[in-house]
Amino acid sequence: MTVAQQPTAVTVRELKIDLVSSGADIVDAIMLDVRAGEVLGLVGESGSGKTTVGMALMGYCRPGGRVTGGEILIDGRPLATMAAAELRRLRGGTVSYIPQDPGTALNPALRIGRQLSEMLDAHSADTSEEDRRARMRETLDEVALPGTDEFLRRYPHQLSGGQQQRVAIAMAFACRPHVIVCDEPTTGLDVTTQARVLETVRDLCRSHQVAAVYVSHDLAVVAELADHVAVMYSGRIVERGARDAIFSQPRHPYTRKLLRAVPDLEGRRAVVGIAGRAPLPGNRPAGCFFHPRCDLAIDRCREQFPGPTELEPGHIVHCYRAQDAPAELPTTGELAPAAQAGDVVIAVDHVNGHYGSHHVLFDIDVTVRRNECVALVGESGSGKTTLARCIAGLHGNYTGDIKLGGERLQESARGRTAQARKQIQYVFQNPYASLNPRRTVGQTIARQLQLFFPGNRRETGRRVAECLERVALSAAAANRYPDQLSGGERQRVAIARALAAEPSLLVCDEVTSALDVSVQAAIVELLRDLRTQTGLSMLFITHNLALIRTIADRVVVMTEGRIVESGPTLDVFTSPSAEYTGRLLANTPTVEAALQR
Amino acid sequence: MTTFLLRRVLLGLLTLFLVSIVVFAATQALPGNAAVAILGRNATPARVAALSRQLHLDRSVVSQYTHWLGGIVSGNLGTSAATQQPVSHLISARILNSAFLVIVSAIIAVPLSIALGVWMAVRRDKPADHILSTTTLALASLPDFVIGLALALLLATNVAHVFPAVSIVPPGEHAWNVPKAVVLPALTLIIAVTPYISRIMRASMIEVLESEYVTMARLKGLPNRTVIWRHAVPNAIVPAIQVSALQLAYMAGGVVLVEYVFSFPGIGAQLVDSVGNRDIPVVQALAIIIAAVYVVVNLVADLLTIVVTPRLRTAGR
Amino acid sequence: MSTPAITAGAAPAAPPSMRQRQWSVLLRATLRQWRARIGLAIFVIMVLIALVGPLLAPHSPNVFVSAPNSPAGQNGLLFGADSLGRDVWSRFLHGGGSVLGMSLAATLIGVGLGLVVGLTAAYLGGVTDEVLMRISDVFMAFPQIVLALLLVTAFGPSVGLIILIVGVSTAPRVARVIRGAALQVVERDFVKAAEAVGEPRRRIIFGELLPNVTSPLLVEVGLRLTYSIGLIAALNFLGDGIQPPAADWGVMINENRLAVSVQPWGVLLPVLAIALLTIGSNLLTDGFARAAIGLDRGE
Repeated sequence: MTVAQQPTAVTVRELKIDLVSSGADIVDAIMLDVRAGEVLGLVGESGSGKTTVGMALMGYCRPGGRVTGGEILIDGRPLATMAAAELRRLRGGTVSYIPQDPGTALNPALRIGRQLSEMLDAHSADTSEEDRRARMRETLDEVALPGTDEFLRRYPHQLSGGQQQRVAIAMAFACRPHVIVCDEPTTGLDVTTQARVLETVRDLCRSHQVAAVYVSHDLAVVAELADHVAVMYSGRIVERGARDAIFSQPRHPYTRKLLRAVPDLEGRRAVVGIAGRAPLPGNRPAGCFFHPRCDLAIDRCREQFPGPTELEPGHIVHCYRAQDAPAELPTTGELAPAAQAGDVVIAVDHVNGHYGSHHVLFDIDVTVRRNECVALVGESGSGKTTLARCIAGLHGNYTGDIKLGGERLQESARGRTAQARKQIQYVFQNPYASLNPRRTVGQTIARQLQLFFPGNRRETGRRVAECLERVALSAAAANRYPDQLSGGERQRVAIARALAAEPSLLVCDEVTSALDVSVQAAIVELLRDLRTQTGLSMLFITHNLALIRTIADRVVVMTEGRIVESGPTLDVFTSPSAEYTGRLLANTPTVEAALQR
Repeated sequence: MTTFLLRRVLLGLLTLFLVSIVVFAATQALPGNAAVAILGRNATPARVAALSRQLHLDRSVVSQYTHWLGGIVSGNLGTSAATQQPVSHLISARILNSAFLVIVSAIIAVPLSIALGVWMAVRRDKPADHILSTTTLALASLPDFVIGLALALLLATNVAHVFPAVSIVPPGEHAWNVPKAVVLPALTLIIAVTPYISRIMRASMIEVLESEYVTMARLKGLPNRTVIWRHAVPNAIVPAIQVSALQLAYMAGGVVLVEYVFSFPGIGAQLVDSVGNRDIPVVQALAIIIAAVYVVVNLVADLLTIVVTPRLRTAGR
Repeated sequence: MSTPAITAGAAPAAPPSMRQRQWSVLLRATLRQWRARIGLAIFVIMVLIALVGPLLAPHSPNVFVSAPNSPAGQNGLLFGADSLGRDVWSRFLHGGGSVLGMSLAATLIGVGLGLVVGLTAAYLGGVTDEVLMRISDVFMAFPQIVLALLLVTAFGPSVGLIILIVGVSTAPRVARVIRGAALQVVERDFVKAAEAVGEPRRRIIFGELLPNVTSPLLVEVGLRLTYSIGLIAALNFLGDGIQPPAADWGVMINENRLAVSVQPWGVLLPVLAIALLTIGSNLLTDGFARAAIGLDRGE
């Protein structure tokens, strides 16, 4: 029996969920169909409402939300009319859930065995104790975890992140549900672990003929896993259809721009960001919600939200201009220029780093030259951030030499000269934590200028505006507090603060990992432009291999505190010499590779 | 875990040692003659000299301290300056009475507070929660002697004569044999600490009810009862344990006023009397005992926290 | 990418100065809650009684005006006379200033000292933190009242001593809370950013940390004021603070305690006043705390 003949397991019609407080809708006009054995990818950036829709399929709304319209049918039964007891049997029994972060979703006070068995106790109370035990071991076996008593007696904190997610998956499949909602289940995991978890989910869905809704912001993961895709923007589904149609012939301008923002491991094109930000519930414009950010917008787009247009059977788009854009995505674009590297700016020489008594960096050698961008790549725990902090003087517990322009630096920033502190500037991962929330953007940047270029107020004010302009922010941003800015804008401010010191080396520590993909692309573009304009050197720390391809000249690969490979970006990507790099490359999902399969 | 506990015990001992220095320094080593402070300015030089000898004030400060500390460690708390009896005789029965009062109050107050806290959290923002949380907030503001006086006005004198306003326990008798004498002081302590613990339990429970793992438990289709008592309460109880310990230690101070208000024959009323009499040896002993209760109760709370938190319990394995 | 990233309409208009914004937002969020409004009303009324009361008192608080323990209404005395024949109502109106003034002074000492200790311990960490926290532990091992009684034994009762002891014994409790709040701030990257560019330590403590702990600080002021009122009233009640014949709510309770069945007003009025004062200040403080949590969550 092919998927097309399978019964529809999930049907959503005109679903509307409102905020209780203001009555503004979080999501509206949601239409979905998922058949048994089929995976639907629900794609969107943060705030698009994708998780709200996913949770609604379980008859659940987070506090503050309320279903106010439309209907959800699971196996043909409407959720709205279910009594509390029936809904409870549905949850976990018919529809189950794989959470985003098993670290917080598993109960820290209960043993793994208890958390698994209570699921079976609640939903298959009619079967015998032995049957349930057998089912539990069988399910654990399916996710490749040991079903031993020793394992079942463990607490969640005694498992690795990957194991925790496997436990959550086992829990979700334990009662043989018909529908599974996966809420970005691989977000916190390393690519290697992610690849294994995705494989497990795919195999289980296939073998048990489960209808899966896979909620994610990661287009590459969705391309690997999904049969159908629905793209959400600001609480609406703007385009849905078969996977190949969405990824090869996207028709909605948002989908097209989103795909252009995803970095490509093969490096055939540059990433392009999307300007502006998605509007929040209650603050959405008239007409199409995307029109303020759309190049193709016409008057009609500003007046009324576009209804559905079925371009091909099953490929539905909400856009007046869907026919007007070229069908093919441009596959080429400018790549980072091969820089003319100059003198050595920073040299890390035989550095060994420690955390207390833990040895975390082993004999590290790295150099960054003038006008060069070196990417430091590794999975979590590889020591890449510790190394970056050693260079910036934020982690003083190391031996060996770090030299700036040939001069050996003191270990901690306080011991270094003002000149050294000025030359090395650090941009932090999380722009929500790196700006003082009690200071305006202008005050933050002005303080930096005062420290390194003492001058009068007027002069400083002028230079603040200049700094903001360099990161493409308007001068009005100087009066804003960080909480009045979006994540991307905050990260621009953090970059502006670093640039205000006129450094020779910019250390960028996972600067885009807290941001949406469209914003990430915009920040990468900005950094690249800054390099071409000023000849700044950059140390770019990341776990995202595809991103490196678009920005770095050279790559240094780290794992477990050691450098395993380094060389020009192209060489490392096309013919990795270290086995570890090869594995990393093979496990990184990409849209292009998924479509070729 | 063992090292953690050992560390806590050693820190507790260090705290007690420092406490003894503070007590000694505050009462005896400060400028001015303690004997004069005890006897008053009009005392005859002969009496001052005699008392000075009794308190060993003629020796150096350090030797006075070591002598005093040595006495306390070996159970010899000195001689009361007011009654000339050994301090231990004077206070041993009173310690038992106070301990009984505090333990009875705690046994009622702690479980009551936890149940109230859970109940309020589960009915969050419903009328019952609003009424209870406003009431507990108002009660939590009241100083304990105000609660005691209000109860005395209500239940012992002007409104209704249900309980005695003065807790008379015949000499040689223990408080647990005179239940009527314990009711009002215990009630005062319960009203003083219950609002506080229940509010902490409510807040902690609300946080846990909003956690991912409780959402997960609901999405697993578990019965509400299981979600609350198996998934939420064991995680929410840790702050309540810590606060209960603090409140229990606080009761050791609270008894001072409550016992004074009801003339309950415990260490609190004794402390007030001895302060009035300038009976330094008794005040020293009682201050040390009350501080020791604080240290011990906090140790027990740390231990309980470890027991109910798997992450701590299994650490180092 | 040339479009300015701040899009029109999405962000609010330029804000007023930082201090104004922070305080007015917090204040408005506080007074949106009915409990906080009631608290503020009660607190303001009680403070007014304490401040203006002496001007309204019909008699001097310390003169014989009627037969001892006259009942309410006799000789035109609203609430009768106490055992020394003094007007209860006049003594009540005169008796709030001392409790309020002493507790305010003690709170200021305690919160000020606690703030500096807490911030310093949190930022410097290591040995400094350990030593400061050990010292706090020692002070916290004594219930505040026991520490006060200990020192009264040595020095005798006095108003200044009581203010000092209550203040100093409040400080470690404030320091703990402020340290806890500041530790979360210290871990945030903007403090690291300040260190990386070599900001002086003092500037990091008072420029980066302090502005980010104003909410818990404000809550502590309210909470400590509530406790100090109770504590100081209690010490006056025990006769270890302000001395008779001064008119003071705590002193009054003690004076009239034994005659409570014939002259309940002498106890009832000050008990009620202290209760209302603490309830009012605690309701208001709770309002602040809720508002601060709400603002932190971005509501």
